[in-house]
Amino acid sequence: MVRYFLNKFFYMLVSILILITATFFLMKAIPGDPFMSEKKVPPEVQARLYQQYGLDQPVWKQYLKYMGNIAQGDLGISMKQLNQDVSGLIGKTFSASLKLGLVAIVVSVVIGVLLGMLAALYHRRLIDNLAMVIAVLGIAVPGFLVAALLQYVFSYKLHMFRVMGFTGPLDYVLPVAALSFQPIAFIARLTRSSMLEVLHAEYIKTAKAKGLSWAQIMFKHVIRNGIMPVVTYVGPMTANIVTGSVVIEQIFGIGGIGKQFVQAIGVRDYTLIMGITIFYGVLLMLARFATDILYVFIDPRVKLVGRKEG
Amino acid sequence: MSVNQTLSSQSTQLKPEDFVQVSTDKKVAETIERESISAWRDSMYRLRQNKMAMTALVAMIIIIIAAIVGPLISKYNYYSNDLLNTNQPPSSEHWFGTDDLGRDMWVRTWMGARISLIVGLAAAMIDLFIGVIYGGIMGYFGGRVDEIMNKFSEILYSIPYLLVTILLLVVLEPSLGTIILALTITGWINMSWIVRGEIMQLKNREFVLASRSMGASSGRLLFRHLLPNAVGPIIVTITLSVPSAIFAEAFLSFLGLGVQAPVSSLGSMVNDARTGWMTYPWRMIFPAAAISVTMLAFNILGDGLRDALDPKLKK
Repeated sequence: MVRYFLNKFFYMLVSILILITATFFLMKAIPGDPFMSEKKVPPEVQARLYQQYGLDQPVWKQYLKYMGNIAQGDLGISMKQLNQDVSGLIGKTFSASLKLGLVAIVVSVVIGVLLGMLAALYHRRLIDNLAMVIAVLGIAVPGFLVAALLQYVFSYKLHMFRVMGFTGPLDYVLPVAALSFQPIAFIARLTRSSMLEVLHAEYIKTAKAKGLSWAQIMFKHVIRNGIMPVVTYVGPMTANIVTGSVVIEQIFGIGGIGKQFVQAIGVRDYTLIMGITIFYGVLLMLARFATDILYVFIDPRVKLVGRKEG
Repeated sequence: MSVNQTLSSQSTQLKPEDFVQVSTDKKVAETIERESISAWRDSMYRLRQNKMAMTALVAMIIIIIAAIVGPLISKYNYYSNDLLNTNQPPSSEHWFGTDDLGRDMWVRTWMGARISLIVGLAAAMIDLFIGVIYGGIMGYFGGRVDEIMNKFSEILYSIPYLLVTILLLVVLEPSLGTIILALTITGWINMSWIVRGEIMQLKNREFVLASRSMGASSGRLLFRHLLPNAVGPIIVTITLSVPSAIFAEAFLSFLGLGVQAPVSSLGSMVNDARTGWMTYPWRMIFPAAAISVTMLAFNILGDGLRDALDPKLKK
């Protein structure tokens, strides 16, 4: 057990290290440096600036310093926004993204599981077909399209919600719907197929033969076993919602990290781009790690030494 | 195919003369009367029976033809501005209307679809190439080689791929080539795992042992015997990796990291359309429909192929 966790943890660390190293060398690969400008700067001033930011040091020293700074949570200074450090900018915008993301995750899981369960219970009936249509659409239609469409129909045409802004609870409805559309589709599919499998399992027959009531069978056996695969999807879902929020925040004018990210890409604010990338990367890899651990606790059958095939 | 047709047409009424005495001669009794149906033909038969998958296939072919022919049959091109005719609704002159610079939407939509398809197919082909070789080596040699190579791919895989792609495109100049490069840098891993799993299952089978005992080399075993038998899952993976590459391209264009103007991309067209689309909805609808239909078609066909090639999985 401990070895399994250490193993997973080690993987996570190596991955994060590679990501950070990649950001460092990509930054170095960009031609020019922040202090190159059209204006003639006296060489002494230039040299002083280089010294101040450590750019006169050899690359490996810069690399070590960069890693050291990140370990302390210092992601550098924004190149375009004056006197703003990247960690501060992320901190300022994180709460909006976090709220949106958490609501989207909860909505995805609840609706996805319910839809999948209904589809499995009413297999090959109307609701099953309907759920599968939603599942196929959700996987095929990109989130930003869903967002634009929702905005058009519900905000411009029906005037049910505000077009932009993120203050009241009503402002959550459209962005959350757009963000969770794809995860709902995935979860519904997963739940449906695993529930169908469970419903035909031998132990369900045994439970019926023992004379358990329908409710007992459902809650004690079917649901518990049926939602197992959903747990494995928590990691990918977080990735999905985080990357999705990048465009969704832009579309609905939500002042979160995603919007910050898009703007940084637009003006090529390299330090901010790299900083947010590292932040996202660490967040997603933590989510993946959490999923691996969660799975062991929920499903005692999981093999601790081997890894998933396929 | 033939078996099923003959069965359904003749099954109802059997007369005594339909039955023929089988010869007692052993040689004659064991001849195969009917044409034998290969596993592949059987799968294709199942695929043809799947109405959803066939509809998807037809939709896919229509989109591919439109992407090739569409821009050619219009008298407009995708880059010329016409500032006197901006934001025109669809008409006999401009079939899909015009955008905010007066460019013809019909041509731009199909040019965008071209870009999407090129990115999707090229990324899938490169994934296939790298994935099959990498996965083949992992699966075939196993042991220490497998362990190291697998660890490497697992670490690479755990870095969120859209982030890697965004990073690369921020640094590199966005163009068709760099987008495909950025997408394939982690895209091949899934394919390599599929191939690895298949090869591991297949390599202990008797026909491999037979071939090896006749002196076949590793390369021959891998490319002549193992990979051809793994072709089903490989095809399914390719079909399903095309839409994910198309999605990624649209997503990146939406962020402004896709192919650069004036070249059109469905993602950037949708993004451009957002500014005024309550008044000009056609600017959004056509590219949006093109992305959705393309992705739907590939996804449904991929699912259909999976069901057809692996009947065990079918519910």
